[in-house]
Amino acid sequence: MAQAVKQIKDILFLIFFLIVIPFFFKNDFYYEIAILSLLNAIICIGLNLLMGYAGQISLGHGGFAALGAYITVILSSIYGISPAVSLLVSLVFMAFFAFVISKPILKLEGHYLAMATLGVGVIIYITVNAQADLTGGPDGMGVDIFKIFGFELDSNIKWYILSSVLLILVIVTFKNIINSPYGRILRGIHDSNQAVSSVGADVAKYKSYVFVISVVIAALAGSMYAFFSGFISPAEASFNRSIELVVMVVFGGIGRVYGALLGAIFLTVLPQLLTSFEDYQTLIYGVIIIFVMMFMPKGIISLFDKLGKTNAHS
Amino acid sequence: MLIVRELCKNFGGLKAVDELSFNVKRGTVHSIIGPNGAGKTTLINMITGIYSVTSGEIYLRKDDDIKCVEEDDIKDMIHGHRENITNIPMHKLVHKGICRTFQHLEICGSMSALENIMLGFDKFMSKNIIQTCLRTKRIKEDEKKFEYEAMKYLNMFNLEKIAYKQADSLSYGVLKKLEIIRALATKPKLILFDEPVAGLNPKETDEISQIIKEVANEGLSVILVEHDMKMVMKISDEITVMNFGKKLAYGKPEEIANNKEVIKAYLGSNYA
Repeated sequence: MAQAVKQIKDILFLIFFLIVIPFFFKNDFYYEIAILSLLNAIICIGLNLLMGYAGQISLGHGGFAALGAYITVILSSIYGISPAVSLLVSLVFMAFFAFVISKPILKLEGHYLAMATLGVGVIIYITVNAQADLTGGPDGMGVDIFKIFGFELDSNIKWYILSSVLLILVIVTFKNIINSPYGRILRGIHDSNQAVSSVGADVAKYKSYVFVISVVIAALAGSMYAFFSGFISPAEASFNRSIELVVMVVFGGIGRVYGALLGAIFLTVLPQLLTSFEDYQTLIYGVIIIFVMMFMPKGIISLFDKLGKTNAHS
Repeated sequence: MLIVRELCKNFGGLKAVDELSFNVKRGTVHSIIGPNGAGKTTLINMITGIYSVTSGEIYLRKDDDIKCVEEDDIKDMIHGHRENITNIPMHKLVHKGICRTFQHLEICGSMSALENIMLGFDKFMSKNIIQTCLRTKRIKEDEKKFEYEAMKYLNMFNLEKIAYKQADSLSYGVLKKLEIIRALATKPKLILFDEPVAGLNPKETDEISQIIKEVANEGLSVILVEHDMKMVMKISDEITVMNFGKKLAYGKPEEIANNKEVIKAYLGSNYA
């Protein structure tokens, strides 16, 4: 009961934060960074479910997010299907795609699994580069405005509201999964596959499920980002992008919902804060990551634990 | 309850288990003993689907009632009393009523003791993904019901005080008990214990011996692999002795204790 009350409090605090923060935005650029942070946070929360809870590493999530985005964009911009329907078709396809590839690759563990997911990500990157007729190749492609039931998302405020609502929904769903028998099995897989098998749970099936959920969430956020920015390029599927997502999760606090959220926001905003350092920007960015990992190995969420603002299960 | 026929397991050129046959009767403790490397754990791993069987078969009696007493494999198969469970993976065997504990603890260390026991009830819980994502009333009721059940088990074993403690912080003896409770929570018909008292002190050994005996008295069948001969002789109804993968002897504890071959190969002259 106390845990449920705590969860509701956390969500209400987040809603309050998301409502208040735009009052401090000086111009549209602030909105753009905020929206990008929220969409990154959505991908990271999905990735955290896979990595932090089920213990399955993925170095291909940039590729999965981009593939979902490309399918949505191709269906809507080239074939003229409504963006909402395109998005739905893309998510269903990505669920199927994730399920199919999960069967062989999730038999691997540790470094081997990392290499396999990296391989899938690289294949996606090469494919979207090579299929220039559909994807625009290395130059990328323009994306139409997102419309749903005749309502156009044509301003940053609308995108901010949509991204915030999506984030809240993803967090609530994530919490519900974690606090269910599913979540217990996922945490069990992280600790001991044998223990989970010995109570009658099919480890391979659960690994597939969590991989599918994680990939679909990435594809959703990737598609929304393409619509928001009005452009998509193969850079979204690059290895660097996948690594960036993993770093966000670990930097924020792996295995913690709000850790992934904090990591995504912090590492999306940080490069913008460091632009005044010009040539030294990347160096300082790297030093900050090293510093945090050295002194806060459980991520920046541990700072909030110390301040007593959150508990170990948030 | 369980019928093992001419079971073999080869690791390359090594015959770890060699044409082993034995039966486990309902409500009895059937111990498997033998020196290190005799193939006991390999046998358990084959029965529970962790290792694939090289040759031979494992059958599970579906209903161990009085009518079903035939010892003829073919007749039993025809009448549907017996099910071939050879090479069925462990998670599927749990749904057929077979469960096990491990020689090296397989506990979820990041979870509380209570959550570890609740894992055992997993097969009885609702798994609808939509209901889970929405956390419907049914999911909440299930959680409440099985949390109460898990607490009852912890109470039974006097472990209620550590219910909310993280498993990683608990002693080895408590974790051994937790593993047994988790297995019992799956409500098995047959339970396999792989060295349940290894590394435990005499008091803990006695406690676990008592638990195993009570489990058998309640009608569950038990296969016990153990090196503690005092315990084995005290609680076993039947014993199969293995040596170099083969069956060396079979009988009641007193017969095994006086078997010259067993004394020579495993028990030692001091035992007699």
